[in-house]
Amino acid sequence: MDDPLIIAGREFRSRLITGTGGAANLSVLERALVASGTELTTVAMRRVDAASRTGVLELLRRLGIEVLPNTAGCRTSAEAVLTAQLAREALETNWVKLEVVHDEETLLPDPVELLDAAERLVADGFVVLPYTNDDPVLARKLEDVGCAAVMPLGSPIGTGLGIRNPHNIELITSRAGVPVVLDAGIGTASDAALAMELGCAAVLLATAVTRAQDPERMGAAMRCAVEGGRLARLAGRIPRRFWAQASSPGLRVATVGTHVLGED
Amino acid sequence: MKAQVNGTSRDLADGTSVAAVVALVGAPEKGVAVALDGAVVPKALWGSTIVPDGGVVEVLTAVQGG
Repeated sequence: MDDPLIIAGREFRSRLITGTGGAANLSVLERALVASGTELTTVAMRRVDAASRTGVLELLRRLGIEVLPNTAGCRTSAEAVLTAQLAREALETNWVKLEVVHDEETLLPDPVELLDAAERLVADGFVVLPYTNDDPVLARKLEDVGCAAVMPLGSPIGTGLGIRNPHNIELITSRAGVPVVLDAGIGTASDAALAMELGCAAVLLATAVTRAQDPERMGAAMRCAVEGGRLARLAGRIPRRFWAQASSPGLRVATVGTHVLGED
Repeated sequence: MKAQVNGTSRDLADGTSVAAVVALVGAPEKGVAVALDGAVVPKALWGSTIVPDGGVVEVLTAVQGG
């Protein structure tokens, strides 16, 4: 079935966007990325030092996976804008996963700084994919300033707590005119499937795969979960009912004594 | 003269270019970007851009993350 993810006019066959952080080494990361089927993967921008020669860019190039730089670690709009501009220069892409977090304990987005940075980066020609709170109003405002997608969290980064407020995610997906990407909080495959069932266009995750006991197998699990959730969303789920409804015909049941089911 | 390079104070010769600072920190060939005093210096201008006394230079590259 041809059902590509389209962000800013670019088509992706995979609806799973992954991060590269948290993997024990590049070989583990490579196997997990291949198993996940991802076509778009985030990297962070950091000061050059002895530890920065990781070879992650070479790996992604070899695997044919697009690089999505993020602004992880930035606390202010000014920091995020400069980091995005540096990433554009270094990686020759105008795409950016915009991250402006408020504090280390929660890593929750700072809505004021985030919106300001989004507006500046859009004006500077970036394709902006903002990591945002699960706040339908903020999501709408990010879309209004020209973001190419909105990426609400399911729960805080790295917690694996899943989607804490599914209703908010559904409110966001029901009103968004741009793709909604569930970003952060995914713990296991059912969380990713739920995101897709709630109408998300894609899922972005890292820790759930890279820190799983078997990252390669979890990468494959997430691929299946995203595909399954997407298919279920398109198929249209049955309404929830209070009472049971038999799925077998009620008539012509063999009975013993006075038992009569579905025949009054 | 002195300049801040990736958060560390460095003694640099007068007339040191951005390209020389990039080499100094041992940056890889590809995937590197430089900011001087909060503004990106395009790679084409690294050789001709001189770091001023008290200048703040950031040399960044991509690492695993996100």
